[in-house]
Amino acid sequence: MHKFILKRILMMIPVLLGISVIIYTIISLTPGNPGRLILGERASAEAVEAMNESLGYYDPLPVKYFNYMKNLLRGDLGTSWRSGVSVIESIGERFPTTLLLATMDIVLTAVMSIPLGVLVAVKKESLLDNIMTVVALVFTAMPSFWLGMLMMLVFALSLNLLPATGSESFAHFILPALTMSLLSVAQIMRMTRSSMLEVIRQDYIRTARAKGVSEQKIIWRHAVRNALLPVITTMGNNFGWTLGGSVITETVFGMSGIGTLLLTAVRSKDVPLVMGCVLFMSFTFSVVTLLVDISYGIIDPRIKAEYGGRKG
Amino acid sequence: MADERNQTQEDILLDIQDLHVKYNTSDAVCYAVNGLNIQVKRGEVFGLVGETGAGKTTTALSILRLLPQRIGEIPQGKILFEGQDVVQMSEDQMRELRGSHISMIFQDPMTSLNPVLTVGDQIAEAIETHHQSMSKEEVQAKVDHVLKLVGIPPARKYEYPHQFSGGMKQRVVIAMALVCEPRLLIADEPTTALDVTVQNQVLDMMSNLKEELNTSMILITHDLGIVCQMCDHVAIMYAGKVIEQGTVYDIFDQSKPHHPYTIGLFGSLPSLQSDSKRLKPVMGLMPDPTDLPPGCEFHPRCGSCTETCKLKAPGVFQDGETHMIRCHLFSK
Ligand SMILES: Nc1ncnc2c1ncn2[C@@H]1O[C@H](COP(=O)(O)OP(=O)(O)OP(=O)(O)O)[C@@H](O)[C@H]1O
Ligand SMILES: [Mg+2]
Repeated sequence: MHKFILKRILMMIPVLLGISVIIYTIISLTPGNPGRLILGERASAEAVEAMNESLGYYDPLPVKYFNYMKNLLRGDLGTSWRSGVSVIESIGERFPTTLLLATMDIVLTAVMSIPLGVLVAVKKESLLDNIMTVVALVFTAMPSFWLGMLMMLVFALSLNLLPATGSESFAHFILPALTMSLLSVAQIMRMTRSSMLEVIRQDYIRTARAKGVSEQKIIWRHAVRNALLPVITTMGNNFGWTLGGSVITETVFGMSGIGTLLLTAVRSKDVPLVMGCVLFMSFTFSVVTLLVDISYGIIDPRIKAEYGGRKG
Repeated sequence: MADERNQTQEDILLDIQDLHVKYNTSDAVCYAVNGLNIQVKRGEVFGLVGETGAGKTTTALSILRLLPQRIGEIPQGKILFEGQDVVQMSEDQMRELRGSHISMIFQDPMTSLNPVLTVGDQIAEAIETHHQSMSKEEVQAKVDHVLKLVGIPPARKYEYPHQFSGGMKQRVVIAMALVCEPRLLIADEPTTALDVTVQNQVLDMMSNLKEELNTSMILITHDLGIVCQMCDHVAIMYAGKVIEQGTVYDIFDQSKPHHPYTIGLFGSLPSLQSDSKRLKPVMGLMPDPTDLPPGCEFHPRCGSCTETCKLKAPGVFQDGETHMIRCHLFSK
């Protein structure tokens, strides 16, 4: 298991390197003017030019990339061209918002969709199952900004229960998290359902029945644990994505998370900030996938054995 | 061998009368069992033999009422276990019965165990289900005991099924089935998935355990060698019916009359000393259970087929007290 984890961590290095090359190249090939961004509209053309020169903006691309990576390895992600704040600080300031939002999203999704998925699988083709199929379809087809605005309209403006925008208090997170989870509930519920139906047909479920085990125990003890394996992978991936900031939800609800940070950085061609955000997201995504794989091993002993047995 | 003279109702543990089972699949109705009659006495090993698709597993699943939900149906017939009709029982009554009074070992040991639970937990579950008042220590002691009985070191109860070989998995499955000391054990081809050396070990172990616990057994198999080695009574199934049954001596005695299908199964010379142990393939194929032929189900493959066979279902020919054949050749 330790070997497996170490190997996976080492594997993250080439992945992150590859991403950094691609992103740096793309963002450097589009025209921009960092000197102007830093010094503002009023600065003289000479000052801007001098600034660009000192930033190494006119250096060839490989040299620029090399310098960037050199600083990166020293733990220096640079400072934002636009705000002058260090990139690490900006990310550190925005990340808690995104992390809380993503966590609330995944928890809400799990709490709503897994029991529902199990229930509709057990009551296959019942009225409830059919209703949930339709509901799932409706939510899958809904654009997230639209659902977000609808939620805001109902819960914030009409009922006045929750704040509409911002990310100052915990209450601010409820509506956006709910919006995000409602959109994935459909997917995860359907997945739990089909996975359960697959597991219920297995021989070991019949063996458990032949022992006289009650239907409740068969579902929760024998079936769910096996059925959750693929569901956990998908939920983990979703979590990894939302940790990279959900641009649309954050924008609709006016939250200052990583998603909106990256969005403004891209708009203003703030190269250090874009690079910092993208590398950070790739890193968290890799870490989350690793955690998913580890949890997989905990649930399924066969996989744990595989990790442990793998050489080198 | 059970004493034939004072065969009273008391001696009969399981009495299946005119059992019909069908599978209502979306595109056709499959008539898997069509009027099956068998009686299993206390303490005996009853062999159920037949080609693939004869309805052996279906019969076994019916006894435990574990036919696939919605698809499987018992439209007619009785399954009397100790005088009580299993077909009429409520789901709660069935759960009481399953695992404690009637246990089943399924065809494939590789897939019969839950991959995410330890072997010990799965055996313990059978005990906990039926002895709720038992303490944790007692349950574990019982798990250890039964593992020892089937020849597995109790320390291995903390391992998962994938850490066991096929033969050991089958031992675990047997341990699980026997741990509550059931009165009837249904073993559905318990050894076909195992290699020959392991087969004999497992069979020996099963007969010993059966003696020790005084359990009756229905042994489903393809292997006539196993039948002759293990069984007291044998029923030969064809297209969901018993076409011949009797004691092992009746069936393996070549001087007695036999159903043409049985003769086909044994090759030309049925004998206790025969070295051809596997069922000989009989010419032709089992009829399609969704569209059974009229008259005798076997007539399209039968060498002695007559006009009557094509039209009329044969009655029962009783040859002595224990031997029964369902064929027109004898019912004149
Ligand atoms: N779940 C099911 N749905 C539909 N038909 C089924 C189902 N299970 C079994 N059958 C059909 O019922 C008939 C009897 O099957 P069964 O499994 O009882 O045969 P068997 O004698 O146990 O054969 P084998 O020796 O291969 O195990 C077969 O024709 C089979 O196709
Ligand atoms: Mg079978």
